[in-house]
Amino acid sequence: MPIVLYRVDDRLVHGQVVIGWGKRLNIGFIVLLDDTVYGSDWERDLYRMGTPPEIELRFADLAEATRRHAAWRAEPANGIVLTADVATMAAFRQAAPPVERINLGGIHHKPGRTPRLPYVYLSDEEFRTLEGLQQAGTVVTAQDLPTTPAVPLEALR
Amino acid sequence: MSDALRGVVVAHGGLALALVQEAERISGQTGVLRAVSNEGGGREEIEGRVAAAVAGEPSVVFVDMPCGSCFFAAMHLARQVDGVRVVTGVNLPMLLDFLNNRTLPPDEGAARAAVKGSDAIRKP
Repeated sequence: MPIVLYRVDDRLVHGQVVIGWGKRLNIGFIVLLDDTVYGSDWERDLYRMGTPPEIELRFADLAEATRRHAAWRAEPANGIVLTADVATMAAFRQAAPPVERINLGGIHHKPGRTPRLPYVYLSDEEFRTLEGLQQAGTVVTAQDLPTTPAVPLEALR
Repeated sequence: MSDALRGVVVAHGGLALALVQEAERISGQTGVLRAVSNEGGGREEIEGRVAAAVAGEPSVVFVDMPCGSCFFAAMHLARQVDGVRVVTGVNLPMLLDFLNNRTLPPDEGAARAAVKGSDAIRKP
């Protein structure tokens, strides 16, 4: 079970991810799947600075993540794949299946989004995208921390 | 534009406001420090809040942790705005010293704050 969490969180690498989930799931590596971060040495250095030394932080754009996904799943260490938005996770799910479950961990307010939970705001288009993923076999739930209950996508309508 | 450095505290939940309020209560200096919370904000939203608090002025931005959304927002802003420096691990002694040393250049103000904050961490 090498990739134990596929998470959408617009804060990317932060306390809930590295401490809340990272400790509970005994995470060895995090894949930060984000084109902007991947393309910037400065951004990558910044995110490395904010990651505990016991967790390896890897960077990927969609093409790199698609190439490497199978290898990450075959590793002995537990990993997290992290994207900042639904569209990136959906594109990854489509390009590099399987992704059994998607965790909505933090999607905050932007114009066009409406609140579904205190930590999840979605536009109608984002919701429809997630519905499509679920119909294709990926279970989508919202859960900010492992100590809180998972909320099924249907409850976010 | 004021010659004195602006102090902006950026932290999780209600921590920034609590630190600012206590620093004001102890020092008697009000309206110098500004509090920014990450509550309910994504990356862009938090960066916007920090930018509004800095308002283009020479500033030291005090952050609670050397990682996470508050840290990244402060670092992004410091990269974009001249005269903005970031110090992590904010504590009350650091803020109280800063309030009395706001005429330093941003680099020196931030370096002094880091030293003063570290000095306060002891095992008596």
